[in-house]
Amino acid sequence: MSIMIEEMTGRCGEWLKGLGPQSDIVMSSRIRLARNLADYPFIRRCTDLDRANIESTIHGRLSKNKHFSTLTFINVAALNPVDRQFLVERQLISRELANAEGARSVAIDDLEQLSLMVNEEDHLRIQVMKSGLDLESAWEQINELDDEIESQVNYAFHPEFGYLTGCPTNVGTGMRVSVMVHLPALVITQQIEKVFRSLQRINLVVRGLYGEGTQAMGDFYQVSNQITLGKSEAELLNQVAEVVPVIIDYERKAREFLVNEKQNDLFDQVSRAYGTLRNAQQISSEETMFLLSRVRMGINLGLIGDLKIPQVNELFIRTQPAHLQKMRQTSLDTEKRNIERANYLHDRLKSDRDDLSL
Amino acid sequence: MRFIAFIVFGPPAPMKCQKCEKQATFHITDLTGDELLALHLCPDCAKTYLHTTEPAEETPVISGLLNKQLKLEQTADDLRDLDAKQCPICGISFYEFRQAGRLGCPHDYTFFHSELEPLLINIHGDNQHVGKHPLRGAHDTESQTELIRLRREMKEVVEREDYETATQLRDRIRKIEGGSA
Repeated sequence: MSIMIEEMTGRCGEWLKGLGPQSDIVMSSRIRLARNLADYPFIRRCTDLDRANIESTIHGRLSKNKHFSTLTFINVAALNPVDRQFLVERQLISRELANAEGARSVAIDDLEQLSLMVNEEDHLRIQVMKSGLDLESAWEQINELDDEIESQVNYAFHPEFGYLTGCPTNVGTGMRVSVMVHLPALVITQQIEKVFRSLQRINLVVRGLYGEGTQAMGDFYQVSNQITLGKSEAELLNQVAEVVPVIIDYERKAREFLVNEKQNDLFDQVSRAYGTLRNAQQISSEETMFLLSRVRMGINLGLIGDLKIPQVNELFIRTQPAHLQKMRQTSLDTEKRNIERANYLHDRLKSDRDDLSL
Repeated sequence: MRFIAFIVFGPPAPMKCQKCEKQATFHITDLTGDELLALHLCPDCAKTYLHTTEPAEETPVISGLLNKQLKLEQTADDLRDLDAKQCPICGISFYEFRQAGRLGCPHDYTFFHSELEPLLINIHGDNQHVGKHPLRGAHDTESQTELIRLRREMKEVVEREDYETATQLRDRIRKIEGGSA
């Protein structure tokens, strides 16, 4: 099982590649569908045996289907806490699945675009994640996948209420469409709150980097639909797809304002952030995210020439606690992690010029 | 929900952390409440602040909505009766659903239909699904639901060591499972 995780340590998910439309501001597009088997209680009322049976039913039926032959099943219950955290940091499983009890698993593909969580809040959570703003192809892929799974299992479905879910907030389509956007300039110019309030008015939700109840670290925000019932999948997709370009436009205008009106402050902050990341001797993951966010914006504004967006995207993930520990192949306490993180950043960010001057 | 914004352009002069004596390098704006809350913290205190003030989960929002809705519509006696109502399939009581905000099985949507309908309208502004349907059409929902009940009964009779009933139940479960495979 953990061979897969060892392999993953050396590479990074497709969604971090900084490809796809608007990828300077849009990190990723993601769709998830919540599904339940018709012949088992929802997770809250499941016995240990129910959970084990749900897991083996889904796992068993899917591994017989050639459509899913390229997927790797990972038994999350058998993983140690660092490996579970590692999958959370890569956005392949939720914190809820990592911290749950009992039989649970995840199936992922080699590109890490696809993740099927079994026994999370619902029996099945299907997720497709794409780099940049690419909701259409994410929907095409997940819709096809959903049909394929449905040919193997009986989904709980109600003619009035649609796909039935453990929590009534997900019933209907069971669909959450999320676009992760990087909005440092709106944060700096203190306009972000205005943007959030206007999104809430049109039934959209804004969350932090790691979903529900997480803080917006590194100025990353996920914009997603709030409601799931009474609107078709296409309508829900459109709702998010229509508003994202508006947010992108706001962010671009805020960046323009900073370049034109606050140039000295902006250049100074970007350079200091880059300098600190390259030269710190110990650094927390919070400070790293905060500084990487400045650097990421700096690259997009052409202020930093020797670093590329995919590298920075990767650093956001690789400097997190479980990733650091997997790379160093040892468990590290917070203090040691802060030192290792600084070492790692130093190695990854040092330029040829630095080498010459040493 | 909780929003934290980091502000780069802090005060021009170096500031001390508001919670200790170290230099403040984090200038945080907390947008969680109605008012903006500006904080100037050192990295350590910032970490503590960001991690200890975890936001509330989504669940209580549903319980809150439900409680409000029920208070408006029900007398105390009605509410007591409703709370005691139990799904015959999974055994969850309305009280338990109300507290946890999570349902027990697919049949709850039928069994608590009249209570759920106003809640769904409250959450989604609608009570009718208009999206995708399973390709194979509606399968035999009742027999699927029956499986949930039979397996639960099975667990109970096995715990009572009533193996005769358990054997009968097992045969019925197999028959239904065989029919739907």
